[in-house]
Amino acid sequence: MLPTPNLDHLSSKDYEQIYEPSEDTFLLLDALESEITFIKNEINPCICLEIGSGSGCVSTFLGQLLGNNSTVLFCTDINPNATSITVETGRRNSIYLDSITTNLTSGLLPRLYHSVDILCCNPPYAVTPHEDIYSKNIIEKAWAGGINGREVIDMILPLANDLLSDNGTFYLLVISDNKPDEIREKMWKQYQFHSEVVISRLAGREKLIILKFRRNGRNIND
Amino acid sequence: MRLVTHNMLQCHVRGCNVNNYPLQLSEVEIEIQETEFNSQFLRSMIRKLEWSALINSAREIGITTLPEVLPDDFDEDFLRNIHRVLLETHIQQGKMTCPNCNHVYLVRDGIPNMLLNESET
Repeated sequence: MLPTPNLDHLSSKDYEQIYEPSEDTFLLLDALESEITFIKNEINPCICLEIGSGSGCVSTFLGQLLGNNSTVLFCTDINPNATSITVETGRRNSIYLDSITTNLTSGLLPRLYHSVDILCCNPPYAVTPHEDIYSKNIIEKAWAGGINGREVIDMILPLANDLLSDNGTFYLLVISDNKPDEIREKMWKQYQFHSEVVISRLAGREKLIILKFRRNGRNIND
Repeated sequence: MRLVTHNMLQCHVRGCNVNNYPLQLSEVEIEIQETEFNSQFLRSMIRKLEWSALINSAREIGITTLPEVLPDDFDEDFLRNIHRVLLETHIQQGKMTCPNCNHVYLVRDGIPNMLLNESET
């Protein structure tokens, strides 16, 4: 078991600005760790991308699993506090993270079209009123997912199709309220992505689930 | 921001769809941070780069050591040079200007900011 990245540099003051790593974050870490043999042997990633990196905990951990400088780890977040904390979390754990302040992947496509080998995302998944996804409160924006908690997730799904390399894999954290079966069916019908549940865990009232998506074999054209 | 990141960034102002790449670098502050050399990773990464964009951008920040044309064989010297330019050269501060619409994106404390105002998206 690889230890969780050291986050001692973060204080409660930082957590007023960024999403504090929690059960969901740790489940994503556990999923990546359980997948590491597959990731190393089957994917041998060159480019990794995390959408909404927050504290940077997930990409730092992925960097530790893969070994520093064996991949490039792009991290995006719409919150400038998060992108700078992402870099700092990496640095404290001897992992270099290429952090970019942007909305989802704006500015990175089309260049990263079909180039990302590992895509991961812990999206804003909480069920909230629609308007909350446009909240001016940056911390609310980090978890507010709108109707069924699906509104931001549904913006990310087509991006996954644009971004993933032929051999690429997408790890997405969802909760049962997000209707994971419907997400999987949608990804299959629209993009012929295979999917599976990597791991799931109850956290209070919520069932947290890590979904894994892959293209239907190699050399698929849109 | 390293040049490996800059090589992936493109202007996304609404309606700006041609000649919007690479973003032109100016007023840059550079810092070199040494990091472990990994030739296997570099070999795969080079194939994902827009080479002509990289040599142009490198030139804009005063690096003239890259060959115009990507060689067929990557020898150790070439890979060491690429490693330096791509992974160890950090743009800490600077401006990135779209060659088409002239929109300026800033790099502050090593992080590019690609956010636009609502009117620009």
